[in-house]
Amino acid sequence: MAVGKEIRVQIKSIKNTQKITRAMEMVAASKMRKAQDRMSGTRPYATKMRQVVSHLAMAHPEYRHSYLDDREEKRAGYIVVSSDRGLCGGLNSNLFRRIVADLKRQKDAGIDVELSTIGAKSYGFFARLGGNVKAHVSHLGDAPKLVDMAGAVKVMLDAFDAGEIDRLYLCHNEFVNTMTQKPTITQLLPIPPAEDDELKHHWDYLYEPEAKEVIEELLVRYVESLVYQGVVENAACEQAARMVAMKAASDNAGNMIGQLQLVYNKARQAAITQEISEIVGGAAAV
Amino acid sequence: MGMTMHVDIVSAEKEIFSGTAEMVVVPGAMGELGILPRHTPLLTKLKPGEVRVDKTGDGGQEYYYISGGLLEIQPHVVTVLADTAIRAKDLDEAAAQAAKDRAEEKLKDKNAEFDFALAEAELAEAVAQLKAIKRMRERGKH
Repeated sequence: MAVGKEIRVQIKSIKNTQKITRAMEMVAASKMRKAQDRMSGTRPYATKMRQVVSHLAMAHPEYRHSYLDDREEKRAGYIVVSSDRGLCGGLNSNLFRRIVADLKRQKDAGIDVELSTIGAKSYGFFARLGGNVKAHVSHLGDAPKLVDMAGAVKVMLDAFDAGEIDRLYLCHNEFVNTMTQKPTITQLLPIPPAEDDELKHHWDYLYEPEAKEVIEELLVRYVESLVYQGVVENAACEQAARMVAMKAASDNAGNMIGQLQLVYNKARQAAITQEISEIVGGAAAV
Repeated sequence: MGMTMHVDIVSAEKEIFSGTAEMVVVPGAMGELGILPRHTPLLTKLKPGEVRVDKTGDGGQEYYYISGGLLEIQPHVVTVLADTAIRAKDLDEAAAQAAKDRAEEKLKDKNAEFDFALAEAELAEAVAQLKAIKRMRERGKH
């Protein structure tokens, strides 16, 4: 029964794989819940930040920051947020497809692109294919810290200040629900004007210490918080995608085991039948 | 009961405090600030230190430690945008430099032109694989 043994070994190995995918599914499910909490934890800050920045846009400061001024797009910067690890279905490839399409459009329009990558997968992809990657951070862990990714953001902000890029975009996955993650590209700089009717009259803040210093710091924080939110949201997407992918893998393994079991049973039955007929044949010959 | 204002203390990672208060004391960049309701609009940097919130209706005082940040005042709303860690200019520079260095590690021997054909081929492959898995799943269902 050589065939029978081989099939048994194969079934055993698929069962082991299934055990791993099942465990990964459960780990991802619990991590997803935490990541979602973290995601909702970032919302108050982002909302408040947006409010303050829109107030600022309504005010009439003596100093106007370059982040608020639209200028002609000759070079663009992209901050790409991806996961560090694979085995999360089409999460990263869907995002990269969206970005590559966008990069191609930029190239056709004669716009040079600089990239800053957050997450090992995006760096691996874009650096390998000759993308102009200017900055990179990865391995932020399950609970990313804002300070850990500030470097990658600062490189792009410095490039914007120096006039090396005229637009800055953020690319990440948006968490729609557990089953759906949507790749999105949003413009960070210049900051798109916000609509707010409350404060239309002519007024301004008092600034301490100086308008320039305070506004600069505020806008840097604003951009950082948006990127941070993107990173946290992407982390929730990663866990959701991994959970779904691992569930599919476990189900597929179950199907394969079922099919192999059938083949195995048939082979065993055939062997038994053959043995009996041999015995019967032998007895008849005697 | 005197006049009150709404106070929010938030950091990028979570909401720290939200409620009404009679007075807030914050460590401003130019010195300590005590804010009462109907303060004129003000935007200031904060130093690392303690924020004190005097809650309404004798709710007592609450203290929060912040690592710096920004403060916005509108007449009836005070918003503290707290940093999650102490930020210093030279530390930020160092982080930016580190991010740059990491990016250059693998890039040295690369030509600057992005390989669109290869990228699309790779992504098409990934998509095809996913489709195959999906089809396999559907076949297994019936």
